[in-house]
Amino acid sequence: MSIPSACVNLGGIELDTPVLAASGPFGHGREFEVLLDFNSLGGIIAKGVSLEPWPGNPPPRIAETASGLLNAVGLHNPGLNKFIEDDLPLLRELGPKIIVNIIGKNVKDYASVAAGLNGIEGISGLEINVSCPNLKAGGLSFGTDPDLTYCVVAAVRRETALPLLVKLTPNVNDIVSVAIAAEEAGADVISLINTLSGMIIDIEKKKPFLGNRFGGLSGPAIMPVALKMVWQVSEAVQVPVLGMGGITSASDAIQFILAGARAVAVGSGLFYDPDLPAKITGGILAYMSKHKVTSLSELEGLAHTGGDKVEV
Amino acid sequence: MKTLIKQDYSLENCPVTEKLFTATGFCRLTFYAPSVTTEAQPGQFVMVHMPASSGRYMLPRPYSICSVDRENGQLVIFFEVGGRGGELISTVEPGTTLRLLGPLGRGFPKPQAGSLLVAGGMGIAPLVFLAKSTTVPRTLIYGSRTAARMACPREDLDLPGLTVVEVTEDGSRGERGTACEIAERYIPSSSAVFACGPRQLLAALAEAAAERDIAAWVSVEERMACGIGACLGCAVRTDQGYMRVCKDGPVFPAGEVNLQDEHTECLCQSGGN
Repeated sequence: MSIPSACVNLGGIELDTPVLAASGPFGHGREFEVLLDFNSLGGIIAKGVSLEPWPGNPPPRIAETASGLLNAVGLHNPGLNKFIEDDLPLLRELGPKIIVNIIGKNVKDYASVAAGLNGIEGISGLEINVSCPNLKAGGLSFGTDPDLTYCVVAAVRRETALPLLVKLTPNVNDIVSVAIAAEEAGADVISLINTLSGMIIDIEKKKPFLGNRFGGLSGPAIMPVALKMVWQVSEAVQVPVLGMGGITSASDAIQFILAGARAVAVGSGLFYDPDLPAKITGGILAYMSKHKVTSLSELEGLAHTGGDKVEV
Repeated sequence: MKTLIKQDYSLENCPVTEKLFTATGFCRLTFYAPSVTTEAQPGQFVMVHMPASSGRYMLPRPYSICSVDRENGQLVIFFEVGGRGGELISTVEPGTTLRLLGPLGRGFPKPQAGSLLVAGGMGIAPLVFLAKSTTVPRTLIYGSRTAARMACPREDLDLPGLTVVEVTEDGSRGERGTACEIAERYIPSSSAVFACGPRQLLAALAEAAAERDIAAWVSVEERMACGIGACLGCAVRTDQGYMRVCKDGPVFPAGEVNLQDEHTECLCQSGGN
């Protein structure tokens, strides 16, 4: 029997392993240089980049919750030019494929960031974060509306030939309709989920704990929510799905693949354990051997068809 | 050719070699952590991961390095037990191994003769390391609400060239008053000020030092997730915009950092996290 391979093609991006670093917690990667075996990561999705620098939210920006992490960093980033000059040269030396997460306050901003990255060496794809507040729609995020999502994705699609991932927010009534809109507008991959909106209150000060009042919840607390949404979206779209949300083990990652994800990303999990990508990659290979599977395509979405037939 | 940015921190499994409750609710843990101690500078900190046996998904917690014994690879952290993280960490027994990430952040500059060190409560932790790093004549003001909370053992502060001034708000040990009130008496004749403690104290010291044009450095706290400058969770407002407590600090020149903002106290082992 041949050796199992963890290689996957994610919307045109060839990955050596199906594990990526999610945009956000990982920053621009270089801080993790001494902590992480980059061979265990198929790709790195860089922290959200906007056209101009964004200052981020006032502190406190993070709080720990039961099996979760609530953050309101506010997409603090140095802007496109500084990203290209300072961060990208280091990122592309790390080894894994680099995908740049792009953010904006209006459709034109998103398109401009995508255009600004054209011709820059070492970028394998773009990921559109449609969770940003849309200033024209009173701060409501683009990703809460299929039409707005379509507009943003179509505008970016016109500017770039790179594989395009669209990262959906779970804070919606019907994520499937948003996913379909993204696919119709030209997405090559649907990434999900972003953080779940939440808050905590400081009972001594009698006010919201976070400087921004509301934050986004990540971590193992949200994993079942993410898994269900990956299940639903993968049934509805033809393009591959990148699953994320609270993954802290190989078993979690395998659940996402069985639910329909082509690949998975880890975010907050890296804070608990920087060895997580290596453990997931190793665990997936061991699972493949045990279940006599040589390609991950045999597992993708398998849970939808009732899984293995009971052996007699 | 891969050009690594040299990072001088590492993530290692470090055995706890000693645990001591120096006062009720105040825990001093010693680790064997040679890779940290060789590089550590006063004012730097370590992220302590939760015991693997706890099986809980909790962030590692930042603790100022309280002292190091480089020869024997021993590293001490000192904290008030409070909050879920500190409670869990305080339950480990010698022999247990915890993951330590460090040394992290920017520490204090080297104190010159005539330096004034000011510790409010558990702000004493990094100042013990700083006080031990030199033998030049220097003064440490160690303030607390009451004697029972002055958890740092006296012998830790029995150092050549160091004058210790104890102060409690209720007068139960040392002078009666606040660390700030006493510090204001000493600041005019000091060469520089080095402080760690509640923000209110740091803000008052920064103002008093600035009035007399005396250099001051403060160690500030904020909630952290990564501890290495990646996640941007521990922002503090400075003259140059938001900076990272974990990477650009925790020690900042007092005049450059906004000490009035909303914040959380958790780096310096003051419980609550």
